[in-house]
Parts: sequence; structure tokens; C-alpha cells
Amino acid sequence: MLFTLAAASLIRHRARTVLAVLGVAVSAAMLLDMVMLSSGMRVSFRTLLQSQGFQLRLSPKGTLPFDTEATIREGDSLVAMLEGRPEILAVSPVFGGQLHISTSRGIVASSALGVIPAVEGDYELTEGRQPSAPDEMVANDALLGAAGMRIGDTVHAGSGYDSQLRSLAGARTLRIVGRVRFVYMARAQKGAALPIVTFRAMQGRDSDGRISLAMVRLALGVDAEAERATLERLFPRVTVISIASALKGVDERLIYFTQIAVILGAVSLVVGFLLVTTLVTVSVNERIGEIAVMRAIGVRRWRIVAQIVLESSAMMIVASPLGFVLGLVTARYLNSILANFPGLPERIDFFLLQPSAAWTSLGLLAVSGVLAGVYPSWRSASLPIATTLRQEAVG
Amino acid sequence: MSAILEVRQLVREYPMGAERVAALRGVSFDVDAGDYAAIVGPSGCGKSTLLNLLGVIDRPTSGTVSIAGERVDQLSDARATDFRLRRIGFVFQRFYLMQALTARENVELPLAEAGLRGTARRERARALLDYVGLGAREQHRPSQLSGGEQQRVAIARALANSPKIVLADEPTGELDARTGAEMIGLFERLNADGTTIVVVTHDEDLASAARRVIHMRDGSIVGDEPAR
Repeated sequence: MLFTLAAASLIRHRARTVLAVLGVAVSAAMLLDMVMLSSGMRVSFRTLLQSQGFQLRLSPKGTLPFDTEATIREGDSLVAMLEGRPEILAVSPVFGGQLHISTSRGIVASSALGVIPAVEGDYELTEGRQPSAPDEMVANDALLGAAGMRIGDTVHAGSGYDSQLRSLAGARTLRIVGRVRFVYMARAQKGAALPIVTFRAMQGRDSDGRISLAMVRLALGVDAEAERATLERLFPRVTVISIASALKGVDERLIYFTQIAVILGAVSLVVGFLLVTTLVTVSVNERIGEIAVMRAIGVRRWRIVAQIVLESSAMMIVASPLGFVLGLVTARYLNSILANFPGLPERIDFFLLQPSAAWTSLGLLAVSGVLAGVYPSWRSASLPIATTLRQEAVG
Repeated sequence: MSAILEVRQLVREYPMGAERVAALRGVSFDVDAGDYAAIVGPSGCGKSTLLNLLGVIDRPTSGTVSIAGERVDQLSDARATDFRLRRIGFVFQRFYLMQALTARENVELPLAEAGLRGTARRERARALLDYVGLGAREQHRPSQLSGGEQQRVAIARALANSPKIVLADEPTGELDARTGAEMIGLFERLNADGTTIVVVTHDEDLASAARRVIHMRDGSIVGDEPAR
């Protein structure tokens, strides 16, 4: 009977209820997006760092990986020393630079990574195979498309290009053996990978064994933070970054993002709350006589409160799935826009749906739905019955 | 016959600005079990105020009200609510049925509140609708019923929990003469079947159908006599 009365009250003014539910759904969508935004980028970044199974990254002192063009001198010696530690399972050295490819359409410039294919952690092979000879390379879709190349093609490439002389520096003939997706590159960024020895030779730096970055995979059970501290002590000329310390840096950079998301999320919640409170208050005022009669014939105060809270909660419950879908669609659209954010890896999502985000949003909506009904219900259930009935009779 | 309703020196004052206006000025009377009393008097004489105090939906400024031996003038909200549910039946001038509920569901409302569940509740509601002559209309909503039919549903609702006393406030006030006469007949039948009734009315026909008429003027009882 409680449900019948609550449902009847909502159905009595269908258009008004539908509009309110839509309003709450928009507010719920905004809330979900803000909850997703407040933690999504951090979680997405952590997932990205963990995806290839490397727990530590060593970069030139005071820099983040590929933040500058700085390199680590005698990188090969560093890698050898790292590989000698029992705590370390594998080391993947990376040497970054530019690759210029001569095509029928002209010179196509691309980011390039010199890697050891057997231990690399920078890309995922989607077609073909890893380079197994010094003159082999892999490329991503953006580069293959821009250069009009396919797997099996042989290309003329260099580490530099003199536009006046129209000549390639460190030129080599390379064969494309695989199509890859780079983990840390931005969307539409052209990329290639080739053996580190070859790439360094093309740069003319093969003798000093420079590297831009070393990624370290730890043995099972090794504490990453302890190993990070040890390596920083052992190798004072490099910065050692763990996933935790990288996330700390991310947190510091994203603090404003998070604060804005929390504030906007709170505003959305308050707007939804006020919308439902207003609607329920109006609805209660319209049937104040009915409520007074219910009290007069012995319906308990808490049951009146429960009925009205049920009405406000029902609106939130109906609006929540709508808001959820709307929030996901909006988040997807916003993610597609932000995917072109300069310098950010393609795989970073600003709005990431996690179970915790969904539950947090639903929980907040449920609580606000209950609270939205409390004021009007308490007000109506506390009215003096005799006075209300007299006023209703006069009215 | 023992008194089921005992009213002693009942005073009800309302604040009006800095003044206090007395709606009731020391009213005392008894109503015996099975009695049928009509309270009459001009508008503003305090009839409805008195009925509200008897119905435990208002509190007196002073004086006492006892129903079935229990003092009800100072009950807490929760106890007053429970008392109204189980011991008092209300009939209002404007019927005040729940528009969203069917006739049967309206009668079931106080039964549900009293904890009666399922088939027993439905059967009791049906029996009450049969009693007031609306057995065939149990699935109709108030908007599908005439004024007289709505008042019959309201009476069935008032009888739901077998109250000690039924209080009616101008029950024929919204009805035409013919329907009003039917309602008077129904009240007579109710009383004949043992229900104690106190009715506030301007309707002379209704008042004359009662066994006793209490006359009020300016917040006081000025006459108390058998109606016929």
C-alpha cells in the first residue's frame, strides 16, 4: 500500500515527474563523470605503467622518461650492472630519437626507439614479427600509413635529414617486419622501433653505449620501493622511478584536476538533491489534506515519512541507470576529444569507469534521494492535523 | 449503560496576536456506549473544535477527555496515533478518500496500518463495503464514485478497526437531499448495530435522527436533550 501510494503520487503528474527524472539523470551523469575523472587518469596511468611488467624506470638524473633529449652515458655498463643484480629479472634499455624515411611522397619523420627486441616493453606486436636482424624494424599504423609502407617493404631511412642537401644522415636500408602498437605514444604519433645497436650506429653514438631509459623488471617478491632506493644510492647519476613514485608525481600534477572534479561532482549532487526536494515538496503541498487525513485515521508518522522518502528515492533510482548510460556516453565522447591531448599516451583515459566509481556515484545518489525526501516528509508529517484539516476544508 | 466518552471542563484557546481566543469554555458531558449524539449550533460555536479534541487530533488547553476509560487529552503523538487507529472512526464532510486507491484499498488502509495482512484484510474490507452497500464497487476509485458512494466508503473505512466510537463532521454537508437521507439511514443502522456515534452537523434531519442533541453556543453547551 505504501508502494501504491508512492507510485500513485509520482504518476499523478507524469510530465512533471518525467522532467524531474531527466533532470536528475543529467545531474547523475555529471556526477558519474566527475567521479570517473577524479581518479580515472591516475588509475589509467598506473595500468599503463604496469601493463608491460616493468616496475622501475631509470632515466637521466632529474628527468622523467623522454621528458628531455638527455641520455645516460655508458648506459650499456649500467644495464650490465643491473642485470648482475639478483633482485632484477630483466632490463630493457631504450634509446630514443628521430627516424627519417625516404618515400615516394617525400621524407616522413617519425619517433623511433632503439630497443632489444627480446626484452622490449614499449610496444605490442599486432602483425608480423619482432626484428631479429640489425637491418629490421617495426612500425605503427600511423607511420605505415603516412609512408605508404607495408610489412615486407624495404625502406631507406636515416637518423637525421638535411633539407638543404636533401640527404639522410646515418642512412640505412631497413626492412619492415612487423606492425606494432606503441604503449606510451600519443594517438596519431608516428613511431618505429629497431635494434638499439643499429639505431645508435645510425646516430653515430655506438661507441659510448648511451641510452635514454632503462626499464627494469624485478624478481618475484622484491620490494620495488626498497630496490628503487638501493639503485638511486648505487647509481647517483640516474633517477629511479617506481610506479608508486611515478603516481605520486602524477597526483601532484593532477591535484587541480581532482579538486575541480570533486567540486563539480558535489555541485551535480546538490543540483539533483535540490531538484528532487523541490518536486517532492511541491507534491506534498498539493496533498497536504490527504496526508492530514491519513494521520487522522491513524497512519503513523514514520509511514508518511517512509512513503515520501520512497517517492524521492524512486526518482533517484529511476534516474540513476539513465544517468549512468548518459554519463558513460559523455565520458566516451570526452575521452575521444582528450585522446588528442598533446604528449599524452593514447592509452591514458581521463574518464575511466571503475566499479568503485559506479558504486560511489550510486551510493551518493541513493543517499541524496533519501535525504531529499526527509525535509518535505518530516514537514508534512509534523503538521498539526486539526489545523490542516480546517484549512483544507476552508480552502 | 456506562459512559464510553467522558468530557470534563474542556477548554481550548487559540492565540490570536497578543490575545487568546477561547473556542471552548469549559465543556462537560458524557456519551454512553451505543449512544448516538448530534452536536449542533451556529458556525464558530466550537463544534468542530470539540470534535477534534474528542478525536485526539488536537489537545485541549485544559480539561480532560476519556474514551473507553483511557485519558486521551495528553497522549504523546505516537500513542494518540495508535489510539485513533484502533479506537476512533472518522467520517469527514469531504470524504477525504485516497484518490490513488480503490474503494477496497481505502478501507484496507487502516487495516494494514493495524497490522492485518493478506486475505484477512481483503475479506474484512469487502465485508465492510457490503455492509455500506458498495460490495459491487470495491474496485472503483473515488473519482468513479458519486458523493454518496464516496461517503459510504469513508464510513466503511471508519469502521475498519471496530472503533469504540465514530466521530462524523458534517457527513451530509456535501450531499444532495436524497443522498443525505440515505446517509442518515446508514448512520441509524450503524447505531442500531451497536456503534456509538457523535456527529457534528447543521443538518436538522441528521440531528433529529440522533437519540440525543447537544446544543452549543459560543464555546459552551447550552442544551442537551433527547432528539425524539
